[in-house]
Amino acid sequence: MEPLTDFRDAHVVRQIAQEIAHLGLCSPVRLMEVCGGHTAAIYRHALHDLLPPEVKLISGPGCPVCVTSNDFIDQAISLSTLPDVSITTFGDLIRVPGSTRSLADMRARGADVRVFYSSADALEWAKAHAERIVVFMGIGFETTACTLAATLAEAARTKIGNFRLLSALKTMPEALRILFAAPDVQVDGLILPGHVTTIVGLDAFEFIARDFSIPCVVSGFEPVDLMETILMLCRQIAEERAVVENQYRRVVRKQGNVRAQEVIREMFEPCNMPWRGFGVIPESGLRLRTTYSQWDAANISVELEPPQEDAACRCGDVLRGRIHPTQCPLFGEVCTPDTPRGACMVSAEGACSAVYHFSPVNHGR
Amino acid sequence: MDDKVITLGHGAGGEAMRRLIKELFVKEFSNPLLNTLADAAIVKLNQNQLAFTTDSYVVKPLEFPGGNIGKLAVCGTINDLVVMGARPLYLSAGFILEEGFPIRTLERIVTSMSETARAAQVEIVAGDTKVVPVGECDGIFINTAGLGICPLGHGLSESPITEGDAVVISGTIGDHGIAILAAREGLALQTTIESDCASLHDLIGSVLNELRGVKWMRDPTRGGLAAALTELAESQQCDILIREAAIPVQDGVKAICELLGFEPLHLANEGKVVMVVDSSEVERVVALLHRHALGHAAAVIGRITGYGKGVVRIETEAGGIRRLHRPAGELLPRIC
Repeated sequence: MEPLTDFRDAHVVRQIAQEIAHLGLCSPVRLMEVCGGHTAAIYRHALHDLLPPEVKLISGPGCPVCVTSNDFIDQAISLSTLPDVSITTFGDLIRVPGSTRSLADMRARGADVRVFYSSADALEWAKAHAERIVVFMGIGFETTACTLAATLAEAARTKIGNFRLLSALKTMPEALRILFAAPDVQVDGLILPGHVTTIVGLDAFEFIARDFSIPCVVSGFEPVDLMETILMLCRQIAEERAVVENQYRRVVRKQGNVRAQEVIREMFEPCNMPWRGFGVIPESGLRLRTTYSQWDAANISVELEPPQEDAACRCGDVLRGRIHPTQCPLFGEVCTPDTPRGACMVSAEGACSAVYHFSPVNHGR
Repeated sequence: MDDKVITLGHGAGGEAMRRLIKELFVKEFSNPLLNTLADAAIVKLNQNQLAFTTDSYVVKPLEFPGGNIGKLAVCGTINDLVVMGARPLYLSAGFILEEGFPIRTLERIVTSMSETARAAQVEIVAGDTKVVPVGECDGIFINTAGLGICPLGHGLSESPITEGDAVVISGTIGDHGIAILAAREGLALQTTIESDCASLHDLIGSVLNELRGVKWMRDPTRGGLAAALTELAESQQCDILIREAAIPVQDGVKAICELLGFEPLHLANEGKVVMVVDSSEVERVVALLHRHALGHAAAVIGRITGYGKGVVRIETEAGGIRRLHRPAGELLPRIC
């Protein structure tokens, strides 16, 4: 199969949609995805438009930019004011508002903030600019953690001493446990994150089906993948089963990528981590082990402004699937992709941005 | 807020730039010619209709697969004239040069400007040169202004855009955006994609000389096809439905977009035109485009579905229908 054509075949997609409709689910089912890539793919390909009305898709805490807390942005902003520090990061992150400002604001005022597509590119830049302390803002889940570990190993091997990591890396299973343990959760099925599961393996999510009786299917990212996943979840719901199934068989293995897990474990250790919308989740973050502390940007001391949360912003409720983005009073009027008040409107993978860009209604314009 | 500053988003061709233009420039300079926000102003002078436009070029890198800043500065301004249905006649060229800039590079840039202008039968008749100290501009910035006369051929059809009119693109989208991206430092992408940078005078001339059904044209530069179509929908208050599967995109462009999370419809083009064509003429227009080297991949990508909301929708490859917006904020600074 050709990923860019066969997995987008409108005829196949329609057939699967019919199969879902034929299941005849009597009550509405709420399926949550917890991967920014899935959010973006669902909206970009307009899959909502193809599903029967009883199937509702909601977004959970899967967009790495969205779950990044204000104090992490504030810390990077403080670092960016130091004369010899360059901040390097992925593109979306520079537009995320911290307590009072974003990194894009800092850049417009003269701070050295640079966008890279990979940490390896940032390391290359650091190598060529030995006079700068180059801080890479590490956000993301297990998928990004292993690439960052590889980059740091390369920095160590080639003795590039001016590269630092500011880690807000997170691990997905702990956040999902908190999410589903909450009394008000309304999720009937979970679309497991394709890339994260590639690394951590299916076994890491068994507890969701076992402890919370929520059907789980790990999914690929193309329209046919996602529709098949939705069909598999709806079947489990119709048959009152709750197990972890694998739709993304061409990539995901039961044990995951053991080598990648080792690389992560060698360099990082679990730590408590703040998540936007959840607060601090115990053992849900990754920080550099002390043997690698010379690479840790958290050791550069800076003064932080007191963290402030935007009281009107409902990103937290969006990330927990409690409200649809359009139920936030700021959505589309005050908060737009150009004037984002919350992280979920910034990232291309954020639920608010996806709804704003792709839904059939005209928001506030 | 008094402490607001210009961000790169204000130059990206998306929503932020549109607001800056509307809420500052148009507000202050307001006049009927400017307020249309067309690619060129159509000025009536005695018996003649002249098209007048200007554009500045800051592309990085200065030389890229398929062109350089000089070729771009000539093609871009010519294209702004021809999409208004004007025959380009004269250009001006203003250069802002950084102290230390290699004369040899400047010669290459100017040579390709002169070759491109000559091929389009356009003369560069006025110019300006400024040099600033090292570090106060990045090598070279070029401004060109252009003057043309209307109409080119039969000119644009005066009939209003109506339900059923076809939307046509002259070729593959996103080539310029990806070529610039790949040519940038710090991105290890290996691709053979070249910028589509080209003057459209001959392609558009061949259609307007022979046929009468073209009602509207734009060159979808910054902000890409999505920005051009939203501008059409909003300015004419018409609704548009396009089909993703019908839009020509090179495989290499598609692959890089998938890899980096870009939308081909948001990427800049520098040698493409999007047209609204009367449904009775569209087959002949497309056939004519196909005969031209710059139009061989031309395709009907959608149609006007009605009036009222000014909304662009896209039927995705997977078969769902959603809104299409102009891109927001910074996509790639210094794309042209």
